[in-house]
Amino acid sequence: MPGKLKVKIVAGRHLPVMDRASDLTDAFVEVKFGNTTFKTDVYLKSLNPQWNSEWFKFEVDDEDLQDEPLQITVLDHDTYSANDAIGKVYIDIDPLLYSEAATVISGWFPIYDTIHGIRGEINVVVKVDLFNDLNRFRQSSCGVKFFCTTSIPKCYRAVIIHGFVEELVVNEDPEYQWIDRIRTPRASNEARQRLISLMSGELQRKIGLKVLEMRGNAVVGYLQCFDLEGESGLVVRAIGTACTLDKLSSPAAFLPACNSPSKEMKEIPFNEDPNPNTHSSGPSTPLKNQTYSFSPSKSYSRQSSSSDTDLSLTPKTGMGSGSAGKEGGPFKALLRQQTQSALEQREFPFFTLTAFPPGFLVHVGGVVSARSVKLLDRIHNPDEPETRDAWWAEIRQEIKSHAKALGCHAVVGYSESTSICEEVCILSASGTAAVLNPRFLQDGTVEGCLEQRLEENLPTRCGFCHIPYDELNMPFPAHLTYCYNCRKQKVPDVLFTTIDLPTDATVIGKGCLIQARLCRLKKKAQAEANATAISNLLPFMEYEVHTQLMNKLKLKGMNALFGLRIQITVGENMLMGLASATGVYLAALPTPGGIQIAGKTPNDGSYEQHISHMQKKINDTIAKNKELYEINPPEISEEIIGSPIPEPRQRSRLLRSQSESSDEVTELDLSHGKKDAFVLEIDDTDAMEDVHSLLTDVPPPSGFYSCNTEIMPGINNWTSEIQMFTSVRVIRLSSLNLTNQALNKNFNDLCENLLKVSIFCIIFTAVAITFDKNQALQTTKTHVEKSLQRASTDNEELLQFPLELCSDSLPSHPLPPAKEHLESASSNSGIPAAQRAVTVEKASPVGDGNFRNRPAPPCANSTVGVVKMTPLSFIPGAKITKYLGIINMFFIRETTSLREEGGVSGFLHAFIAEVFAMVRAHVAALGGNAVVSYIMKQCVFMENPNKNQAQCLINVSGDAVVFVRESDLEVVSTQQPTANCQSSGTEGEVTT
Amino acid sequence: MTSELDIFVGNTTLIDEDVYRLWLDGYSVTDAVALRVRSGILEQTGATAAVLQSDTMDHYRTFHMLERLLHAPPKLLHQLIFQIPPSRQALLIERYYAFDEAFVREVLGKKLSKGTKKDLDDISTKTGITLKSCRRQFDNFKRVFKVVEEMRGSLVDNIQQHFLLSDRLARDYAAIVFFANNRFETGKKKLQYLSFGDFAFCAELMIQNWTLGAVDSQMDDMDMDLDKEFLQDLKELKVLVADKDLLDLHKSLVCTALRGKLGVFSEMEANFKNLSRGLVNVAAKLTHNKDVRDLFVDLVEKFVEPCRSDHWPLSDVRFFLSQYAASVHSLDGFRHQTLWDRYMGTLRGCLLRLYHD
Repeated sequence: MPGKLKVKIVAGRHLPVMDRASDLTDAFVEVKFGNTTFKTDVYLKSLNPQWNSEWFKFEVDDEDLQDEPLQITVLDHDTYSANDAIGKVYIDIDPLLYSEAATVISGWFPIYDTIHGIRGEINVVVKVDLFNDLNRFRQSSCGVKFFCTTSIPKCYRAVIIHGFVEELVVNEDPEYQWIDRIRTPRASNEARQRLISLMSGELQRKIGLKVLEMRGNAVVGYLQCFDLEGESGLVVRAIGTACTLDKLSSPAAFLPACNSPSKEMKEIPFNEDPNPNTHSSGPSTPLKNQTYSFSPSKSYSRQSSSSDTDLSLTPKTGMGSGSAGKEGGPFKALLRQQTQSALEQREFPFFTLTAFPPGFLVHVGGVVSARSVKLLDRIHNPDEPETRDAWWAEIRQEIKSHAKALGCHAVVGYSESTSICEEVCILSASGTAAVLNPRFLQDGTVEGCLEQRLEENLPTRCGFCHIPYDELNMPFPAHLTYCYNCRKQKVPDVLFTTIDLPTDATVIGKGCLIQARLCRLKKKAQAEANATAISNLLPFMEYEVHTQLMNKLKLKGMNALFGLRIQITVGENMLMGLASATGVYLAALPTPGGIQIAGKTPNDGSYEQHISHMQKKINDTIAKNKELYEINPPEISEEIIGSPIPEPRQRSRLLRSQSESSDEVTELDLSHGKKDAFVLEIDDTDAMEDVHSLLTDVPPPSGFYSCNTEIMPGINNWTSEIQMFTSVRVIRLSSLNLTNQALNKNFNDLCENLLKVSIFCIIFTAVAITFDKNQALQTTKTHVEKSLQRASTDNEELLQFPLELCSDSLPSHPLPPAKEHLESASSNSGIPAAQRAVTVEKASPVGDGNFRNRPAPPCANSTVGVVKMTPLSFIPGAKITKYLGIINMFFIRETTSLREEGGVSGFLHAFIAEVFAMVRAHVAALGGNAVVSYIMKQCVFMENPNKNQAQCLINVSGDAVVFVRESDLEVVSTQQPTANCQSSGTEGEVTT
Repeated sequence: MTSELDIFVGNTTLIDEDVYRLWLDGYSVTDAVALRVRSGILEQTGATAAVLQSDTMDHYRTFHMLERLLHAPPKLLHQLIFQIPPSRQALLIERYYAFDEAFVREVLGKKLSKGTKKDLDDISTKTGITLKSCRRQFDNFKRVFKVVEEMRGSLVDNIQQHFLLSDRLARDYAAIVFFANNRFETGKKKLQYLSFGDFAFCAELMIQNWTLGAVDSQMDDMDMDLDKEFLQDLKELKVLVADKDLLDLHKSLVCTALRGKLGVFSEMEANFKNLSRGLVNVAAKLTHNKDVRDLFVDLVEKFVEPCRSDHWPLSDVRFFLSQYAASVHSLDGFRHQTLWDRYMGTLRGCLLRLYHD
């Protein structure tokens, strides 16, 4: 019940001309929340109306406060006919509901119309008076903080990390309701935007309730996704990690000489007194006595499902193993026991975090993932989304058992995704199996926790590489050696993970982006048959993606992958897979072996020659890469290590996909044995192509680095200039009969091109910025992809392509991080086509460590404060002083005059620019100056050029923050806001 | 395989100055790519032509979207769609409103109407400036003209305020607007040797001294229209040449003062009456719009050309004009000293500027 929402409409500007006769507009505003609507007076004949309204007051339940968006509609008054809508602004008031975030939302918001885009701006002030509700049975969860960031937010400390929270909400998609046939596209788009906004509010509230139940006060690594299932409905689902966070009380401790009496600082001390002592330690979820066998059981029974992750994943990803072994000793056992008990209580010991407090991560087992193919059916009862829940529960169960098989009791860096094409849906989940330090998971006093942490002397620098499973009981054959760092424990020869590189890990040389890309044709089919076909293809795809990753990793001379994201996207007659990760050389792991090529037809002399030529090329490439990434591991003689390093001549053979590798046993056999090198067997031209493609990845220009993790391994001097970008590409394939190889090639070209474009742009801007030739830039990007399509037989077949991409980036000289984005797009068209969309985000740069201190441009005349956006969870060279709340926005844009708007490129370019603008406006209104952990989660694009129409849906999210430049902190500022804005104002600016 | 959709959007809108220039110059994407390739950028960055093409397209799209805002620069400052640092905004505006000397000479003093716009084709052919660029420049002139034409206050200030231009550029626009409003003829063959700078200089002097604004700073249009009353009064100066005695007296005063100081003294002495008649007649005729338009033609015909044919050095012209203007103060019978100063002060400045090869 308790909450009073107050809204004031101040003014408008740059409104469109609605009355052709006078070239003016008679504007008024409707303010709607829930079922209550207020109106302002009509401000006659002006494009810059000054309403200066009274305070409109809404008395509402806090439940509604969480669910409903505030809806502001600007209209043109018309005496004789219906009033014309100019556009709307939706404001999510959630950030006002937690005590320490924003206290007021005030600023200029773009007025958005789904048909015309942004049409002017409106100045609004919103406040909330919240009364405390102590009712235990309340349905609201005001006060729980949400963060998209997948690490503990910078100005907080984790007292307890409770664990996994998930929720999903389903509804009918307004676009598919009968009424849609008679209403205008605008009405339909608005209904959809509003519904999704409502659903995400509800979802967040429900997750908040679960968190409160677990006695947490925040959700970190909150990931919310929409599944547009078409006819069968709309699903909004979210996962996150519940935590109890404590605001760091003395940021000044690590801010050098921070004598500025900034507002933020004052609020910091003990806003909410964490009372960990009072937390009861009762089980938050019903204790389940599930016992999982440690052996990898592969008997999952799912209807129409095929998930073979385990098959193809474990052999490679988990290529390490067995922990403890002998010397792990009793300590480890104890540790395991403790953790186990803490985690056993939870249904799913999953964590969406990718970076952890020191000491949290004990061991890492390897990537675990699961996929399942489902047929969508209409959701009959939206209040009981049982089927979807059951689907996900199944997958999570599978992930959990995979982790068990790796001797791990938890999964970190966990994420879930879907790919939908008509009525078939692929659900995927992946994470990294790990052993965690139990102390963060249990209730305990803060102090105790800290002390323990200090006392602990786990070999943290290499500890996480040590295998968590038992050497004698390995879930799969792997090649173990003693850790090159501590020489005491065993480590695998290769490590794949979905998390960020731990900060204390020792890395040799630099990291780089590694991608595997693949497309596969499939027959066009309906429903069940289609699902079966996809199920059958999946294991092959997974296998091939991993083979590619492994080969590329070796080619780079590296031995570990971080931030691995594999996306499989389904289209009408094609499946695409894209895996992106950051390769590094971990000092603790053994030096990777080379790649050997073997020919199958040894009698042919010229063939032999060709093979040896290729072999030479591969060796050269490896050597070159080692130099490029500065990988010079200290030579360690084998004797010193004293471990049974196998004779180097043995090697494993990996067959290409055309072999019968679908069978798990075969695969295991293939990778069996102690081998330190890979053999690529060339038995036909396809294989040849594959090897070629391995070699054709174009090396980035020198001085340019990319990765998809938060920090660029091996490069530490970041500049503070960052620039985020989004790039989307769609390509149409016209050939009618494409082979898998040709498609792969096209797809590869696409990815490469995309990378090239981004590289070029970055460099180019960098060059413009500094003219400094030596500057090195780095960027990271990843892409993801989507699916392509082609028509199967004759011409007009149709296609639907979902695209999915991910990317990100980073750049700059010293900089780099990147994160990952996903985006998906789909399109319908009557022509064979292929499409792809990619978003790349980049941070850009200026380099050379010599940080240009440009005289701050007069910010007085910039009326629009600069808002930075970054996919990273931090801003280089700046300190985040306050988190203002989560930004989660969904927009639809449609046009019926595609050509006039510059075609698809013009349309989408403008739309993305508008989306950025709206995100920035919301952040600025909350008083923030940056968005971190920004991600464009969805980008669905549909066009019908014949009708001159196109539609696009975009979903973005991130955390609004206030940051202060470190350099400014010293300077101080009585006028903090100004300082902020000027510091950020320099980005990209340049003068040449 | 064709690329259907290919975009690259940054949070901060990045602007490549070279591409911006190509766009302003009216090159098509294809031409711009070709020019960029020629600049050696590919070698410098290791990029491919396809990448360059896509980058160029992105920039062109951005510029296209920005163009609407550039039409009203204060909007560019307040808009939220493109995040552009202030110094870049200034650069965008300044470059957008910059114009080509060759182009402005063609349209200076012409009516900024549809009719003139139709002639842009010919101007484009003649000057080698692309039609697109000509249109942009023409539209800029017209837009500025429309916005400031009915405003009160200083012309330069108004332009600066509404278009956020630098002081230099705002002055140039003030000259363009002033010329367009008064329709001064600048296209005649004998005026071809004059640059835009010459005219802008004259325009500034005229705005300062001959318009309504020079006497009353609260009038609409004060800096654009010449002071009608003043023009009317100029008829009174006719007495200087009509009255034989006055003319002789004037001549003798000037000759006395300049004797021995002028290299071209004898030519001056011989020509004095013609020159004086020319200058005074120009003043007397300014009541007719037609003659106002021909002001520069008349000045060149009646003064610049005769002097030039006698090879007067500039310093002599300066001496002469100073003395010519000053001597009138010693003519007892002449009562319009103030009027004379207002006229001659400006004219002297203009003539000196116009007097070159």
